Amino acid sequence: MSTDPKATSSNSPAFEFKSSVITVPVLNLFSADINVISLQLREKIKQAPEFFKNSPLLIDLQGVHEQELNLPLLVDAIRNAGILPIGIRGGTQDQKQVAKDLLLPIMSAQSRTTSANLQTNTKETKLAAPPPTPTEKNEPAVIENTIIDQPIRSGQRIYVKGDLTITAQVSPGAEIMAEGNIHVYGTLRGRALAGVQGDESACIFCSDLQAELVSIAGNYRISEDIEESVRNTPVQIYLNKQALLIKNI
Amino acid sequence: MARIIVVTSGKGGVGKTTTSAAIAMGLAKKGFKTAVIDFDVGLRNLDLILGCERRVVYDFVNVINGEATLNQALIKDKRCNQLYILPASQTRDKDALTKEGVGKILEELSKTFKYIVCDSPAGIERGANLAMYFADDAFVVTNPEVASVRDSDRMLGILSSKSKRAENNDDPIKEYLLLSRYNPKRVKLGEMLSVEDVQDILSLHLLGVIPESKAVLSASNSGTPIILNEESNAGQAYLDIVERYLGEDKPHRFIDEDKKGLFGRLFRS
Repeated sequence: MSTDPKATSSNSPAFEFKSSVITVPVLNLFSADINVISLQLREKIKQAPEFFKNSPLLIDLQGVHEQELNLPLLVDAIRNAGILPIGIRGGTQDQKQVAKDLLLPIMSAQSRTTSANLQTNTKETKLAAPPPTPTEKNEPAVIENTIIDQPIRSGQRIYVKGDLTITAQVSPGAEIMAEGNIHVYGTLRGRALAGVQGDESACIFCSDLQAELVSIAGNYRISEDIEESVRNTPVQIYLNKQALLIKNI
Repeated sequence: MARIIVVTSGKGGVGKTTTSAAIAMGLAKKGFKTAVIDFDVGLRNLDLILGCERRVVYDFVNVINGEATLNQALIKDKRCNQLYILPASQTRDKDALTKEGVGKILEELSKTFKYIVCDSPAGIERGANLAMYFADDAFVVTNPEVASVRDSDRMLGILSSKSKRAENNDDPIKEYLLLSRYNPKRVKLGEMLSVEDVQDILSLHLLGVIPESKAVLSASNSGTPIILNEESNAGQAYLDIVERYLGEDKPHRFIDEDKKGLFGRLFRS
């Protein structure tokens, strides 16, 4: 006979560990001159003070390997500017040691690969969809649409605010995320996550469904759970009372 | 100005070095002054495939560190005076390569050479990244199996986002698919991905299909680039690839099963 885990309160869990993905601004350094960084940082913050206030920030040291960087001073300068550094990545062994002494977590530089991909991938679309500056917060929201006409390759990650339209295929191992709808006019073989900020009215459309995972506002379905009848066909994926539905179109 | 070609794949053992040697020799035989660089520092192999392993004095890392000049390190091929080889260092690792050092060497080679072929190591780490960083064209070597196709796809993502051309917002690297170790018989039996399957997944311009051939192994072991064996299917396939790359319109071969009779088979490997 198994014992009921809820029988005694000391058995009931007080917490649980979960992994969660969050988007954090990253400071890619190109110079090790604290004065210059400090000055330019203040200039940047002036453009959107609300956005940067108490914002977490990851410091990427990949670009300043060759240079002598005073990390404690840099951290001070960033804190003085009202931003909270939450860790470093891509530093040298020495820089990592300094970060440890400063109690700053050291992130693996691995994630840099994907974020670098993301950055360069969205670079070409930046003109069409500039990141919203929070000073515009009170003005009517502008819908930002992103169109990509290049295949999204394995290992690439795309994140857009608003709608994402891809007029090429999405490879297995690629991940596309949008706060709005996702349209793929090609074969969808990777992961597609729409309404990632919780918009339950978001939809995913694709002209050939072979996805590894589809998700709307956190409600997901993995490849194994996708019915044969909708596989390899054009579909619409939408949410109906927390239930993820896939229908042929 | 030279054209820089990277031969890459992501996955190991698919035929990058064989392809690099064949393509470089092919371009040189067409009369273009060609240099081929082994980026696989620590796992030097290109010199073996090209049969010049006994003539290596200085290497790529020596030149980067300023311990030798480029002219001292370049080995001139004995069969074709238009082909030069820059071997990798066997006693160092990939960290010995720097972006500035590689850039300087490529720039210097560009002054006198027409084509520079960069033989990339497997993986997506430093050596592979530096091999592709300065490239104008990429030859993505893929075997007709799922793991190789996925790794190639990953490599294509890196080519389109982390190269010098991508960083400077120049025209992207031109990407070509080379499908190697292809066996139409096994494709027909469903044991191997077909050309269509691979193209469907990678959506890439097919430069050529290289059939699985016993001649490749013996060519490697004897230090003769397979392209010099004009009797072999694989050698002919590489010749086709070089000519297609240079702009000739040649129909694809070796995709379908050989319909030759016994007589033909006896005289073809």
